[in-house]
Amino acid sequence: MVNFIWVALLLIGLVFAGINGTMKDVNEAMFQGAKEAVTISIGLISVLVFWLGLMKIAEQSGLLSFFAHLFRPIAKKIFPEVPSDHPALGYILSNMVANMFGLGNAATPLGIKAMEQLKKLNGQKEEPSRSMITFVALNTASVTLIPATVISIRMTYHSASPGEIIGTTFVASLIATISAIMIDRAFYIRRRKKGGM
Amino acid sequence: MYVIQFLSLWLIPMVIACILLHATYKRVPTYEAFVEGGKEGIQIAFSLIPYLVGMLVAVSVFRASGALDFFISYIKPFIVPLGLPSEVVPLAIIRPISGTASLGIVTDLIATYGPDSFIGRLASTIQGSTETTLYVLTVYFGAVGIRKMGDALKVV
Repeated sequence: MVNFIWVALLLIGLVFAGINGTMKDVNEAMFQGAKEAVTISIGLISVLVFWLGLMKIAEQSGLLSFFAHLFRPIAKKIFPEVPSDHPALGYILSNMVANMFGLGNAATPLGIKAMEQLKKLNGQKEEPSRSMITFVALNTASVTLIPATVISIRMTYHSASPGEIIGTTFVASLIATISAIMIDRAFYIRRRKKGGM
Repeated sequence: MYVIQFLSLWLIPMVIACILLHATYKRVPTYEAFVEGGKEGIQIAFSLIPYLVGMLVAVSVFRASGALDFFISYIKPFIVPLGLPSEVVPLAIIRPISGTASLGIVTDLIATYGPDSFIGRLASTIQGSTETTLYVLTVYFGAVGIRKMGDALKVV
């Protein structure tokens, strides 16, 4: 599936460039895209090192499992495969809290850590487990309380009420999250019927 | 508005203070733990590079070739009757694919129509309420070295 999407994006792009006469732009875009990717990855080093360092402290002090404990009643329903009190739940919860407050910098390292823990639970397999799929689906929808970037753009353009969109954003992301959970569940049931995974 | 600004300013420092106080109370070797955890961060960042390069190159080629604009103009007639202003349609389509591109569009829409217009508010909500799906998928699965995304792609 990924392979197909990836090749399709590139090939369709190349064919279009041929027809549209945008080959020059495409040539530039290739190297621009690669450069941007490396810039993002390198830029991630600083936040990854800082947040993973801090979270290691929280893990060793037991703060993370305490967090996981609080989250247990909901987590049992959303992530039935993850044992309660497992550090994965602590990372998942902290990732969601960071997302809610629009702290993308902090959310990404926590999410990656959560994925690592979920992979461990899955016996280090190459295929994603059910919990991993649920977690990523939740993350793309992510409930947002404070969309910080957008608010700052609105402030730049002198909005009378920059924070006005908080309500609509919250409702929209909540609906997206609920749909993500339901669609994820539907796919899980279908997989189980097929006997796969 | 004041409360929110206060919260987003104070939240991270408070979290850091909590972690450090709790760890010191529990006699965790804080600095050593920090260094140990931080080392993992470097490794993760480097292992992400090939995943991100692959995806971003594909997306930029697709965008620069004009293919994306073509698809948007093709899909537009189906979306406009749903009540979405046609100015916002490209944003709704690009948002899950490219974070930087959609941020550019939002800024442009807000600058053109004003932050308090319907279009401005709608664009703000679209930008704020979702993540760049493609980026999340690439980074999260990439970081743990999973190449087969399975049903995750279909779910999102």
